[in-house]
Amino acid sequence: MSEIPLTHILFVSTALFFIGMYGLFTRRNMITMLMAVELMLNSVNINFVAFNKYLFPENLDGVFFTIFIITIAAAEAAVAIAIIINLYRSHHSIDVEDATEMKW
Amino acid sequence: MSTSEILFWFLSVLALFSAIMVLVSKNPIHSVLWLIVVFFAISGHYLLLNAQFLAIVNIIVYAGAIMVLFLFVIMLMNLNKETEPSRNIWMKFSGVISGGLLLWIFVSATRSAGEIVGKTAMIKEGSIGLIENLGKVLFTQYALPFEISSVLFLSAMVGAVVIGKKQ
Repeated sequence: MSEIPLTHILFVSTALFFIGMYGLFTRRNMITMLMAVELMLNSVNINFVAFNKYLFPENLDGVFFTIFIITIAAAEAAVAIAIIINLYRSHHSIDVEDATEMKW
Repeated sequence: MSTSEILFWFLSVLALFSAIMVLVSKNPIHSVLWLIVVFFAISGHYLLLNAQFLAIVNIIVYAGAIMVLFLFVIMLMNLNKETEPSRNIWMKFSGVISGGLLLWIFVSATRSAGEIVGKTAMIKEGSIGLIENLGKVLFTQYALPFEISSVLFLSAMVGAVVIGKKQ
């Protein structure tokens, strides 16, 4: 049977996390920033499932953490999109640089 | 190389390539479509790590629900390449530097963690991730977080409606 080292999976998820972080830093479009956050959440999910499989294969805790992260991500996306729509209605733009009223 | 190794490498390359394409493509609709490819690749990884139920949930919730919501909003706001704000080159540069440095730290921390280096497991073996086993644990050990997440959904729904409605 084939065996893949745990570190390979961790490298994949780390690379995904930092691709998402780069996107969060560089994009100014709110929708794309939200997509970058989803990417980061998914890389963390891979970590949970991989650690569950490799270190405690008889338990299910990592899988349940991932399921709860997915539910929280769904709720978060719904609220964030409501905020974005509201911002678009008042500013006619979803560029984060345009929403500066609360800047000091 | 066995089949599951080939699958693992294929899925990893697919996930990383599409994640880069999410950020490279200027059109937000293309970003969403590439992100759906990333979610399918991640679901393939879950299948290899025998979390079968999680793979299906990932496809249904992310690719089916969240990404459709994103597509609706992008089309509602009529976003396209022209409305994409121009990016500052210094912002990009600092993003590469900070992201790259943190990536370096994470990778070297992973490489030097003695407990996990060389840890291998039988990929795509076992049935612990099937829905029967998950359901038993979910409704006994994880019953309280399960109920609390329903309260979270209710409050998120109320919040989204209150924020989204016209004043």
